[in-house]
Amino acid sequence: MPNITMTINGRDMSAEVENRTLLSSALRETLNLTGTHVGCDTSQCGACVVHVNGKPVKSCTMFAVEAAGATVDTIEGQAHSDGSLTVLQQAFQDHHGLQCGFCTPGMIMSAAALLKENPTPSEAEIRDYLEGNICRCTGYQGIVNAILAASGQTAAIAAE
Amino acid sequence: MADGGIGAATKRREDVRFLTGRGQYTDDYTPAGTTYAVFARSQVAHGTIKSIDTSAAEAMPGVLAVLTGEDFVEVGGNPAGWLINNRNGTPMKEPKRPVLAHGKVRHVGDAFAAVIAETAEQAMDAAEAIDADIEEHDAVIDMKAAVADAGTRVHDELTDNVCFDWGWIEDNRQATDEAIKAAPHVTTLELVNNRLVPNALEPRCSIGEYNPGTGDYKLTTTSQNPHLTRLLISAFVLGIPENKLTVHAPDVGGGFGSKIYHYGEEALVLAAAKKLGRPVKWTASRSEAFLTDAHGRDHVTKIELATETDGTFIAFRTETYANVGAYLSNFSTATPTFLHGTLMAGNYTVPNVYVNVKAVFTNTAPVDAYRGAGRPEATYSLERVIDKCARELGMDPIAIRRKNFVKPDQYPFTSAAGLEYDSGNYDALVDGLEGLADIKGFEARRAESESRGMLRGLGINTYIEACGIAPSNLVGVLGSRVGLYDAATVRVNATGNISVMVGAHSHGQGHETAFPQVVADLLGVDPESVEIVHGDTSKIPFGMGTYGSRSLAVCGSAVYRATEKIIKKATLIAAHMMESDAEQVDFEDGVFSVRGTNKTVGFGDVALKAYIPHDFPLEEIEPGLEETAFYDPANFTYPSGAYACEVEVDPDTGKVTICSMVAVDDFGTVVNPMIVTGQVQGGLAQGIGQALLENAVYDENGQLNSGSLMDYAMPRADDLPNLVVDHSHMTRCTHNPLGVKGCGEAGAIGSPPTVVNAVIDALSRAGHDVAHIDMPVSPARVWEAMNK
Repeated sequence: MPNITMTINGRDMSAEVENRTLLSSALRETLNLTGTHVGCDTSQCGACVVHVNGKPVKSCTMFAVEAAGATVDTIEGQAHSDGSLTVLQQAFQDHHGLQCGFCTPGMIMSAAALLKENPTPSEAEIRDYLEGNICRCTGYQGIVNAILAASGQTAAIAAE
Repeated sequence: MADGGIGAATKRREDVRFLTGRGQYTDDYTPAGTTYAVFARSQVAHGTIKSIDTSAAEAMPGVLAVLTGEDFVEVGGNPAGWLINNRNGTPMKEPKRPVLAHGKVRHVGDAFAAVIAETAEQAMDAAEAIDADIEEHDAVIDMKAAVADAGTRVHDELTDNVCFDWGWIEDNRQATDEAIKAAPHVTTLELVNNRLVPNALEPRCSIGEYNPGTGDYKLTTTSQNPHLTRLLISAFVLGIPENKLTVHAPDVGGGFGSKIYHYGEEALVLAAAKKLGRPVKWTASRSEAFLTDAHGRDHVTKIELATETDGTFIAFRTETYANVGAYLSNFSTATPTFLHGTLMAGNYTVPNVYVNVKAVFTNTAPVDAYRGAGRPEATYSLERVIDKCARELGMDPIAIRRKNFVKPDQYPFTSAAGLEYDSGNYDALVDGLEGLADIKGFEARRAESESRGMLRGLGINTYIEACGIAPSNLVGVLGSRVGLYDAATVRVNATGNISVMVGAHSHGQGHETAFPQVVADLLGVDPESVEIVHGDTSKIPFGMGTYGSRSLAVCGSAVYRATEKIIKKATLIAAHMMESDAEQVDFEDGVFSVRGTNKTVGFGDVALKAYIPHDFPLEEIEPGLEETAFYDPANFTYPSGAYACEVEVDPDTGKVTICSMVAVDDFGTVVNPMIVTGQVQGGLAQGIGQALLENAVYDENGQLNSGSLMDYAMPRADDLPNLVVDHSHMTRCTHNPLGVKGCGEAGAIGSPPTVVNAVIDALSRAGHDVAHIDMPVSPARVWEAMNK
């Protein structure tokens, strides 16, 4: 089996994987990084979004071997090194942007990517960007509000 | 009240682990030596199993065992929780639901074998190598055809495909028939309440473990209801004694009903773990979830509303065909009956109600309670026919509802469908709605839409539902085979912090934050010092789980009662410490004091003393400070609401866009308004999904056409508007100590008719003669209705 090395959340990590092993499986099962979730088998739900070389990727759409040598960032690496939440994570808690928490890792990774591309997205731009992330719990309202808040646009938040 | 007590919008403590990737869901747990189960599932909807050859699969690398239905012939079936009687008094039909299909397969996805292997990939490869000879039969799919034709039966041993033919209230049938016959106006509506796939984002997952040294079993599983799962496995399926089986539901990624029930996969991983002496894990793919999770709704209904010419309601008569699928899931027989028929008087003083429900077996996945469970079906039928009636009579949709509301001075009010409503104020909710939704401003917004060539409509809806499920004495009479109380243990530790073991299970509802608010409020302590323990049958006294918007109303009441017992016991200890009589001791804001003196002692000191009883009068005071309460509600709770929705319909394409959705609800006391708002918004999204997008479609051969997230339209962020929620117009529930009613399902109950009413309104205002469009109100269906 191929042995691959990735820089995950700033640390070099190696894993033996089959050629058919998906990046999502390698993270969860081989490297025990279970924060990345798998909610479907057709690359629709977005619970498995991670960043590969700085870009958001549904990790179930990529073989682990394709990520050899890449820089991979997952939900486990998002908080500050002292354990405190990032502005975006804190905004999700402040604006009730999660309920069961299962979609949350993918939502955070997608939202972080959005804010990198577009630091002050409109509500419509946020909703459009999250089209590939399904949440069954929140009706997306708290998520949209959280991203508006994290981008400093508190005035744009609908009444809570 | 303590800071952060009842009424505080406290941020959720559980969020931090979910936001940092530290949640612990079932699939995140992989004990040492884990093996993996993969199921072989039927690709046909209906067939006789002629033979299953497992030899090739058994010879494949890594394969440890292959199990078939033959291995489970001796064990019990997974039962229905409610026994429903037919109109003639005979009991419903109750075919066995085996762990693995035996003799016949009855729906696409029905599991007939399982492979256990060293890796999931090896198990998957081997499952494909199982050679099953299955003789395919015609599939029973359409409900009315299934009733008419007893020749092709889902269960050969039954005489036909009708599970039961139920009437509610049978004694009211004749009076209702006569009232409708004599009425000056009757509105009739035939409708479909579309079949839905719950799609909790976390697929089901179960891990069985067996300890040969002690004979103990452990099931880690995605459940809303771990104690019921244990009870079903113990008492009905595998016969494992309850005290040798732990069921643990850790973090669970949403349920919406689909994880209330016990499923065969849970029994299989336990049996296989014992056989192999190693942990056995099964994780569903989303494709399996579509085929095997209990689906929701799927009613075909004819409803009639008889009125006076002034819009006064005289009678509702309903005939419903309810799909139960191929096997009876645990709550499947209660959902179309007592959670549906009993609500068919709505918020109204209507004197005559009769409901007939025929539950039908089909070659489809089992159908059971999905967010709202029967009440969305009731509300949709009522509020659609009322809207049609108002249009026929030329009445305003708000005026016709107000005219028939139960009024605040009529409580307690026994509805014509037999429930006793304890409190409410429906006019106040509509008043609130008219302001918040700016109903007066609609005409100007409609004109603006028209100027852009869009058709704008306004939909109004009011609902009542029954939550706080449920009074055991009442449900016992109605056919429930279990009680529906809940339980809590409050353990005050010596150092003053508090553990609360609750029977409810939190899978998004925020119990870990809200329940401590209740305890802290009563004890006058910091909510941060109170910790909830849930989901593990080895740690908590008992529980009937989370569904039916029952957690706070039933389990929260158990927490309340147990905390009251703590105060009573602590008062004895405090009186002893202050050398006084308990009758002279008051307790407020966490401090005990002797009336008329300056003697005081804090709750924390009393807690410490409880565990260091050097000078206790032991015949009067036991050491320790831990109390348990089982709470059985005296009645259902009755949340109610008034909703408004505005839509724009594109006349060229039929596409419906929701411009606004406003929900004004009465949930009684609100413990955490932030969490309640989130619950309503989530329910609204699911209701809008049902109204506009979602549909589980089987073809005539029983293949699930909408079997993936590419084919089944889940609501996405860009399908939804801002969801405006107001729960300030509250009336307390009169019979539970918190005055709470339950909020988890309201949005999914109230929104579907609101949306459809709005679409019909838009088309009617544009001159289209369209009385009804079935959900989902897709562009194709709207376009067809406009261009028929």
